[in-house]
Amino acid sequence: MSVLVDRNTRVIVQGMGKHGTFHAMACREYGTNIVGGITPGKGGTTIEGFPMFNTVQEAVRKTGANCSLIFVPPPGAADAIMEAADADLALAVCITEGVPVLDMMRASTFLKGKTTRLIGPNCPGIISPGEKCKIGIMPGHIHMGGSVGVVSRSGTLTYEAVGQLTALGIGQSTCIGIGGDPIIGTTHRMAIELFNKDKATKAIVMIGEIGGSAEEDAAAYIKAYVKKPVIGFIAGQTAPEGRRMGHAGAIISGGKGTAEEKMKAMRAAGIHVVKSPADMGAMVAKILGKKK
Amino acid sequence: MKIHEYQGKAVLRKFGVKVPDGEPAFTPEEAVSIGNRLGYPCVVKAQIHAGGRGKGGGVKLAKNRDEVKDLAEKMLGMTLVTHQTGPEGRVVKRVLIEQGMNLEGAREMYLAVVMDRESQRPVVMASSAGGVDIEETAAKNPKAILKQYVDPSVGFQAFQARQIAFGLGLPNAVVGQAVQFIRALYDAFEKTDSSLLEINPWMLTADGVLYALDAKINFDDNALDRHSDLRAYRDLDEEEPLEVEASKHSLNYIKLPGGNVGCMVNGAGLAMATMDIIKLAGGSPANFLDVGGGANADQIKNAFRILMADKDVRAVFINIFGGILRCDVLAEGVIAAVKDLGVKVPIVVRMKGNKEELGKQMLLNSGLAFQTADNMMVAAKKVVASVSGAPVSAKAKPASKAKGLAKGGRK
Repeated sequence: MSVLVDRNTRVIVQGMGKHGTFHAMACREYGTNIVGGITPGKGGTTIEGFPMFNTVQEAVRKTGANCSLIFVPPPGAADAIMEAADADLALAVCITEGVPVLDMMRASTFLKGKTTRLIGPNCPGIISPGEKCKIGIMPGHIHMGGSVGVVSRSGTLTYEAVGQLTALGIGQSTCIGIGGDPIIGTTHRMAIELFNKDKATKAIVMIGEIGGSAEEDAAAYIKAYVKKPVIGFIAGQTAPEGRRMGHAGAIISGGKGTAEEKMKAMRAAGIHVVKSPADMGAMVAKILGKKK
Repeated sequence: MKIHEYQGKAVLRKFGVKVPDGEPAFTPEEAVSIGNRLGYPCVVKAQIHAGGRGKGGGVKLAKNRDEVKDLAEKMLGMTLVTHQTGPEGRVVKRVLIEQGMNLEGAREMYLAVVMDRESQRPVVMASSAGGVDIEETAAKNPKAILKQYVDPSVGFQAFQARQIAFGLGLPNAVVGQAVQFIRALYDAFEKTDSSLLEINPWMLTADGVLYALDAKINFDDNALDRHSDLRAYRDLDEEEPLEVEASKHSLNYIKLPGGNVGCMVNGAGLAMATMDIIKLAGGSPANFLDVGGGANADQIKNAFRILMADKDVRAVFINIFGGILRCDVLAEGVIAAVKDLGVKVPIVVRMKGNKEELGKQMLLNSGLAFQTADNMMVAAKKVVASVSGAPVSAKAKPASKAKGLAKGGRK
């Protein structure tokens, strides 16, 4: 019913400040198995019932955690990602917004050859509603278990898509917010590869935005390998060139990374591209209806 | 963050990159005293955050003190229009007075370090064609651009600099100097957390000395916290005043020319999608505005103040998907802001998610003339109609309709 995470995923939270603690509790309430928290110096104590540890290594040894949810503020975020990878966790989800690009470059070099997959940074996280597993900051109640995989660079725009799907009675297998930064751990293409292999995922919603060429890259993969229907939307069709639209990675530069160019590549790959963000759910319903 | 040429050159000088001698001047008198120190001829260069200054008349040669005074007088205060400023241009408030270089027999090349998104690593780029846009070179003759990707675990290496130097066909006697120059430039890129560092033109004088004749540096905004010295280079005169005001309140605001529907949204992706749907509904968005995930009543009020300060705004579209942000908190903020600021333009509110029912009821009960919609396109059409003067109900819906005032909303 899901990719990357399920009801057996054992999660620790790195950065149990106000923000981290709030979301650790919200995830637990949703059903996620949060087995502990990391704040250097707080080891041996508990926060809101979560056992605390000084290092990720120690937490893994004592709890058997295999996933980390990272809220560490920007100056220490890359360090936290590397610590998670050093402890051989299967998955690290970094929510932190504002990580310096050169820090992420070093962290992503460090990750090469390691077993850890990174999602984010600057993302809402990952959720598998059917597995009652939410590792992130998204509102759990708008989701519903089902067979549509959602991958997106945005937070609230993903909620918008999910909200539309749920309202139409279409459930989701897993929703992955991959993050709005220029350097991220899991790209559109990688997420789509996972959905393509997942038997429980019958259709894929791919939400992109201006900047970079990750959507084109994913489109090329889809054209070559994906038989499942893919529904796509690109935000920033009206964005001016040379301006960073909120996300560090959302910028058209030197005429490259426009919405038009991405939509063209996606259409050429057979993706059902909608121009209006209000039509994402309806298009999925139409395509799935046709298939049956 | 963008900085001026003279600031960029000051940064490069610190890292041992050779740049012409020069200083900024804010008055003609300062220009003369710098000119006298440098000797003549010297160059007067308008300092604005945009390229194409030479073609726009912002770079001139002064042969003596009278000319430097005259040119500085003309340039300071002038509105410089280049292909990058847009038709409204930019007012020049400072000029760079720089030593005149002997261009005779000199070679102009291109050198830059940029963060490459695809490979997730910096790339050092060079080309024999200096003084022209790199995009132009890339389009016409991509092979003319030499590229060296940097391995993040070891950094930029000497052999890579040599490959560039020999690749450009520099004379053997200059190669050692070029290697030092390029490595110093990369050092500056990494230590300042730059996202772009561009030397165009990169000059080799007839007597064999390499200079950065121009310098363009952009810093990674996310890294500025660890560079207090670089933060001081920010020039607020170069930014849209409303954008500066918004950034003081941690609001992410970008003015769009020619639009008239103000947007207030949470999240960057949804904010872009909101602009897009206004356009699809036949309207024109006036701005991008992301109020963020944890917006409170104060921030909503600040956001309204900024939207209303834009005289082009004829209606406002509030589109919120409450994940962290609660719709009731939003509604409270919106109602207070509209009352306090006496907002007169039509407002269409669409909110979903966390405490959505409670938020909607608060708007209904406020006695103010909000329009609401559940669907994003319906909301967009309503706001566009209210701008174009089509008949829309401007009256508040009677509070009695909201029966039984729910106490806690749905959840």
